[in-house]
Amino acid sequence: MSRATEFVFRRRGGRGWHWTDLFTWFWLVAGFVLMFGPAIWLVNSSFKTPAALAEFPPTILPYVTAEVTVEGYDKPLQLFEVTLEDGSVRVFAEVRRVGTVAQMVDPANPAEIIRVNIKDRTPVRTVSFATENYVQPFLAFDMFRYLSNSVFVTVMATIITLITNSMAAFALSKYNFRGRATVMVLIVATLMIPLSVILVPLYSVIAGMGLFNSLWGVILPTVATPTGVFMLRQYMLTIPDELIDAARMDKASEWQIYWRIILPLTAPALAVLAIFSVVWRWNDFLWPLIVLSRRELYTLQVALNTYAGETNVQWHFLLAMTVITMIPVVLVFVFLQRFITTGIAGAGLK
Amino acid sequence: MSRITLTDLSRSYGPVEVLKHIDLDIRDGELIVFVGPSGCGKSTLLRQIAGLDRPTSGKIEIDGRDVTRVPAADRGLAMVFQSYALYPHMSVRQNLAFGLENARMAKDEIEKRIQEAARMLEISAYLDRRPGQLSGGQRQRVAIGRAIVRNPTAFLLDEPLSNLDAELRISTRAELAALHKRLGTTMVYVTHDQIEAMTLAHRIVVLRAGRIEQVGTPLELYNKPANRFVAGFIGAPRMNFLPASMFPGSAAAEIGIRPQHLRRATPGETGLKTTVVMIEALGSETVIHAENGGQRVLAVLPGQQQLSPGDEIALAYDAKDLHPFDKDGLRLP
Repeated sequence: MSRATEFVFRRRGGRGWHWTDLFTWFWLVAGFVLMFGPAIWLVNSSFKTPAALAEFPPTILPYVTAEVTVEGYDKPLQLFEVTLEDGSVRVFAEVRRVGTVAQMVDPANPAEIIRVNIKDRTPVRTVSFATENYVQPFLAFDMFRYLSNSVFVTVMATIITLITNSMAAFALSKYNFRGRATVMVLIVATLMIPLSVILVPLYSVIAGMGLFNSLWGVILPTVATPTGVFMLRQYMLTIPDELIDAARMDKASEWQIYWRIILPLTAPALAVLAIFSVVWRWNDFLWPLIVLSRRELYTLQVALNTYAGETNVQWHFLLAMTVITMIPVVLVFVFLQRFITTGIAGAGLK
Repeated sequence: MSRITLTDLSRSYGPVEVLKHIDLDIRDGELIVFVGPSGCGKSTLLRQIAGLDRPTSGKIEIDGRDVTRVPAADRGLAMVFQSYALYPHMSVRQNLAFGLENARMAKDEIEKRIQEAARMLEISAYLDRRPGQLSGGQRQRVAIGRAIVRNPTAFLLDEPLSNLDAELRISTRAELAALHKRLGTTMVYVTHDQIEAMTLAHRIVVLRAGRIEQVGTPLELYNKPANRFVAGFIGAPRMNFLPASMFPGSAAAEIGIRPQHLRRATPGETGLKTTVVMIEALGSETVIHAENGGQRVLAVLPGQQQLSPGDEIALAYDAKDLHPFDKDGLRLP
């Protein structure tokens, strides 16, 4: 333990604080807040009630004002700490507020009304997690359906991406044919075209194929990724050609060479592409929003959007469901980041 | 039966001619070695026979059947690669079985063949290991095993020993020779190592720059090299090439003499007068680097010689050991 603290607080040149030490600390702390602040805020806010969300200034933790049921009053009353004129502090329940004066009762003695200036009272607050933000959408809305739509799209798109991209990469890395370099350049060049540019023609194609309002309409246009082809090709270039020659001597068909030799040997790169594909497809918003207009086909990301209406945003549900949709991606990064870094290093990709 | 005939075989990559009009007849059951310096086209020639590459022109026949356009899988040959090319994700057993499975052979027949090959090559103990867990020599055996289980009409071996250390290379070489004797199958063996070629081959094919320089038994090549290149390539240390003017009465442009055929002149015997420049004492023999009028002469003398640099010695030879070459480097009768 002491060695860990010693390591963390190690400074340049022994005892004193060099300006680079201060700069490093500042930089790292600022970076930490910048990166984790929004995530922590999101998670904590997702447990707040709508009232707590609307509160200003906002709090980090989800607080609720404590309430008590007092004899003679139908509704539960909110509790406040009141500083009396003699300086003593008591806990009273507020009955109503008129201007700057609050009418309060002592829960132990509900008959007597005490008037208190609102400056002299502070609410009694406790940390409380509004788990109904999480439960309610699954009960009242069709969250399970949206979840299963998202899983279907992600899994199918990833499987098809792996198969088609690895086939293309195999051809581009292991066969010599005229125009190979041109094809490769064309594929890589499509990296430069963002989705929004081809949105309209792509929509026409999908509509023409009758895939509008179908999950396949979401899946199919996304499966051919230039990043995937490029990454797999770079990896396959490192597989020695002699292995393929050996397989040919062993009477293997080209399909068997692909399936039994190339694919197993490309597994590390395939794992990286699978991770990327899962994250991409899970987080897709714009394209599913365009293709899917029937509610029961919504993916999670599109469904989230429905919590933001024209006049009213249901922030508590929106935040809670955002946390839910983040979980798979976070898990992927936590458990598979080792593959991601090695894969990126191997393929020389960003 | 497996007789391989190459007729007027050429292969070019763009403007570069790698093989030029190769004519060769490989006899049934023969162990033939392609030897030559790197870049001479010997591996390319082997790949043409294997079917991994197509000739630009010419014909390849196996047992009289034209296979020039037949894909590698259907030629019935097996190949051992320089890097062994074992499938790294499969166990040794799966490596051996892969070719047989592709040929849709029955499971028990596959197992029988694997056991047989494993016993022959003494690899039974690690049939379930991956190639990555094997030593270089063990991988080499597995690579040969993968060729054997196929029961091919001929074996093609592309520098199979070049990745082994010197000691293992010698023992594996002997095992390969024994294996060939036992199987009796035609073997085509590519190497750049002339010692390997000399020890293994029934016949040697010497290649240079895409052409066959000479085909013959090891001793034919050693005793009667067809040209200056073969003379220089076969035999170690390299043959001395000296201007004919140093040998009175010779009509040749150049005379070759092997270092082993030079000896110290006995008193009264005439010979080449040389000055010793360097001595390599190997114990059983001594390699003398000597000089005569700017010409380097190498001599391998038996036993240990009491000589030091600067000594004058006369080197004698027998006239029958001289190899006369004309100005084009071709052997004169």
